[in-house]
Amino acid sequence: MKYTLEAPFDDEKIKMLKAGDTVRINGIIYTARDAAHKKMISLINEGKSLPFDIRNQIIYYVGPCPARPGEVIGSAGPTTSSRMDAYAPKLIELGLKGMIGKGLRSKAVVDAMKTYNAVYLGAIGGAGALIARSIVAQDIIAFPELGTEAIRKLTVKDFPVVVIIDSNGDDLYRTGRDKYRALDQV
Amino acid sequence: MRTVCVDDIIEAVERLCQEANYNLNDDIKNGLEKGARQEVSESGKEILTHIIENADIARRERMAICQDTGMAVVFLDIGQDVHIAGGSLTDAINEGVRRGYDKGYLRKSVVKDPVFERVNTMDNTPAVIHYNIVDGDRIKITVAPKGFGSENMSELKMLTPSEGIDGVKRFIIETVDKAGPNPCPPVIVGVGIGGTMEKAALLAKKALLRPIDERSCEPRIKELELELLESINRLGIGPAGLGGRVTALGVNVEVFPTHIAGLPVAVNISCHVTRHSQTVI
Repeated sequence: MKYTLEAPFDDEKIKMLKAGDTVRINGIIYTARDAAHKKMISLINEGKSLPFDIRNQIIYYVGPCPARPGEVIGSAGPTTSSRMDAYAPKLIELGLKGMIGKGLRSKAVVDAMKTYNAVYLGAIGGAGALIARSIVAQDIIAFPELGTEAIRKLTVKDFPVVVIIDSNGDDLYRTGRDKYRALDQV
Repeated sequence: MRTVCVDDIIEAVERLCQEANYNLNDDIKNGLEKGARQEVSESGKEILTHIIENADIARRERMAICQDTGMAVVFLDIGQDVHIAGGSLTDAINEGVRRGYDKGYLRKSVVKDPVFERVNTMDNTPAVIHYNIVDGDRIKITVAPKGFGSENMSELKMLTPSEGIDGVKRFIIETVDKAGPNPCPPVIVGVGIGGTMEKAALLAKKALLRPIDERSCEPRIKELELELLESINRLGIGPAGLGGRVTALGVNVEVFPTHIAGLPVAVNISCHVTRHSQTVI
C-alpha cells in the first residue's frame, strides 16, 4: 500500500502499516543518532525529562551536513540503525512510535516494537542530497555541542520511507532478500 | 630535486575533499545505470533510479552525495626527488582537509578520543594518511573520504593456508551476506589477500581506488573478481537491502606475497557512494 501520513503517528496509524508499504510523511520528526541517544538515556536514568515529549513521535537517525547559505539543510540521509539498538527499546517503551534509518535491527528492538506498537521505517542510504529536498525546516532543540549529532526538530514534506519492520515484527529485509536469493550455500 | 610548497598541497587537498564528496566518478555512475537496467526487482530498480538522481543533484548543486562525508583517507605517492618546503607535510594535509570540509559544507564526523569522551574535533581532522615513496619528482595525492556505514561492515581474517581459495571465497561472500542492508548496497567490495595483517587491510582499501570497470591484470585474480561478483549478486540483498539481484557493483581484489604460515584476507566494504579524487603536483 501507499500512504501519505501526518506525523506524529498514533496507534491506529501504526497498526495499519505493514512491511513493504511506502509512506510519504508530512509534519514533524526529530533527529537523533549515537551521541544524542546516549545522552537521552542518561537523562532518563537520572529521572530527568527528555528534550522533547517522545510520545507518538518519530526519530530519524541522521547527522546532516551543514546547510549552504539560503538552504534549509545539507545532505541528510539515514545512518545505520543498529548502533541505536542499545537505546531504542527504552524509548519505544516510553512511547516512541517510529524510527527512520537503514539496516538491520536487533531482536530486542523488534520485541519492543511488537509489545508497544511501533514501526521501523527505511530511507534510502546514500541518497542524502535527494532526501534533503523533503526537509522544509530544521531547528536544533538540544545538545548543540554535538554538532551534526545535535537533536533537531525537522518539518518534512512528502518525506519518502518504506516500512521495513511493522508492529507484528514482519521484516521486509528478510522477505525481500529471500525472494531473490539464488545461492544454495554460501 | 624539485621543490613543492606546502601551500600547493593544502590547496589540492581542500579541492579534492570537495570534488570527491560532490562528484560520483563515472565508473560508479555507469555501474549504477547498468544496475538499473539489469535489476529484476521493481523496488530495486526504483531505488537505483533515486540513487542516480541523488548523484545528479549533488553534482549540480555542489552538495554532498551522502551526509556521511567520511573520514578523509589520503594517499600520497611522493617522488623521491621531491623536496617539500614551507612547513610540515602532515600539517598541510590536515589543513587541506580542515578547509575543504569547512568551506565545502561537508559534515565533520571525527571524534578525538575513540573510546572515552568521543568529542567531535569539529573540523574532520585528523585525516588517515598513507605515505608511499616512489620514483620521480612528482606528488600524487588521492583523497578517498570513507563513510562508516560500510566501513563498520568490513572484516579481516587470518586464514590458514589449507583453507585455500575456497576459504577465501567463503569469507568474502559471508562478510557481504552478514552486512546485509547496512552498508548501503549496491556495494563495492575491496579485497586484500596476502602480506601481513595491516598489509591486507591496506590492500583492501587500495582495491577500492581502482575503477570498478577495470579488472585485475592477473588472470586468476580477474576470474576470482568476476566469480565473486556473480556469487554476491545471488545473495538477494539488492539495492538498499530490500531484495534484488544488484547487491554489488564491483569486486576489486589486490594481492601481495605472504608468509609460509599465513593467508590474510581483508574485506573492505564500500557503499554506492564510493568516492575518490586525485591530482598530481
